[in-house]
Formats: sequence, structure tokens, C-alpha cells
Amino acid sequence: MTPNTAYTPYHPRWHRTRVSTYWWLARGSYFLFILRELSSLAVAWFVVYLLMLISAVSTGNDAYQQFLHWSGTPFALFMNIGSFVFVVLHAVTWFNLAPQAMVVKVGSKRVPGFLIAGSNYAGWVLVSIAIVAILFIQW
Amino acid sequence: MYIKRPIEPLLWLLFSAGGVMAALVMPMTLFLFGLAFPFGWLAPPTYDRLLAIVSNPLTRVILFVLCSLSLFHWAHRFRYTLYDGLQIKHLNEVINMVCYGGAVVGTLVAAYLLVTVP
Repeated sequence: MTPNTAYTPYHPRWHRTRVSTYWWLARGSYFLFILRELSSLAVAWFVVYLLMLISAVSTGNDAYQQFLHWSGTPFALFMNIGSFVFVVLHAVTWFNLAPQAMVVKVGSKRVPGFLIAGSNYAGWVLVSIAIVAILFIQW
Repeated sequence: MYIKRPIEPLLWLLFSAGGVMAALVMPMTLFLFGLAFPFGWLAPPTYDRLLAIVSNPLTRVILFVLCSLSLFHWAHRFRYTLYDGLQIKHLNEVINMVCYGGAVVGTLVAAYLLVTVP
């Protein structure tokens, strides 16, 4: 948008083919792109779900048990199964793109992409193990 | 002349920080609390244990950062999804308000909930 562009009565008309609203259905790679972009909805849902859990834990054991019961209802399962798929899609596409986003150099040599992606995947595994450990291991 | 929006780099920074947090933490957490516990594959942690985890100051800070950055990640990405996917860039003011406004409200709610954990 260029709001300050001067208006002229005989402004040239550029030839622009109209892109269909459903352009992302035209190809598999476009569709995957839009699925990846839509993963942000799953990320937002996760935050809502997490805050509901935190709120229940703050309220007391009854509220926590109620939350656990609710998490087994069809609506919650539907949201969480779908969100899980999208959150994994987000993680995989994010880590795979990391080499393009991060240019790490050792001396004058660029660290190869697979090492950067690999270290991201390693971080993912470590964080996942840490979450399980925090929740389950008896110290 | 274009109107300059110097806030844009900050929004990209929040987007990418949130993307990293979400990618690292969410799959396992959602697998446990969204699938494994409801389907009975694993027994959920006891109330006392979960309360002890959540009331730990370090956990609260991590959870707050996770919630806030993830919401800004959502806001930024969803904004562009609407722009590109539906080609409704002319509604940008409404979209920005809903997306970033939602992230700000969510951040405040998260802060309130995490501060008031007993």
C-alpha cells in the first residue's frame, strides 16, 4: 500500500494475473507450505491448553482431576490429536530450516547444514527427555 | 514514501524465538498431556508433584517465556497466513489487532496465572 502515491487520471494499468484464493491447493508443495503456516494455530491452542492446566493446578486437586477428566472428552482429544500432528510438523520443518537461518562459521569455514540441523534435533531430544524426567523421575 | 515500521524486526525476533521454544517443548508435552494421559498409556503425575513443579520459580519463568513467545510466534505467522493464504492484506489493521492484541492479552493472562500459583 502506498497511500501517498500521487493520483493521476490516466494511470498506467499493469498487467497482473489474478491469483486464485485457492492457489495453495494447486500443488503438493504449496499445500505443505500452507499446512506448515497453519501449525501456528496448534501452537496457540497448546498455550491455551497449558494455561488451563496451570489454572487447574493452582485451584486444587479437584480442579486438576477435573482437567484430566476433561482432557479425555472427544473435543479435547480431537484438538490435541490434531495439534500434536501440527506441532510435530512445526518442529520438523523448523529444525530442517535452521541451517538456512543460521550461518555458523568455525574459522573461515561454514559449518555444514546437517550438523546445524543435527544439533537442533539433539536439543529437541534432550528437552523431551528433560520434560519426562521432571514429570516422572523420583529424585 | 512508505511509512516506516521499526517494530517489524522485533516481531520477527519474537516469531523466531517462539518458534524455537515451541519446537523444543511442545511435541513431548502435548504427547503426554494430550494423548498419553487421556488414553491411559501412562499414569499422569500426582497433584502434589505437579504443584511442586509449577510453583518452582524457575519453572514459572520458563512457562511464562514459553507461553508469551509462542503466542507472538502464532500472531506473526498467522498474520502472514491470512495475508497470503486468503489474500486479505487490505484487512491488515484488523488482522494485526487480533493477532498481536491476542498475544498481548495471552501474555498478561499467563503472567497472572503463573504469579498466582500457590
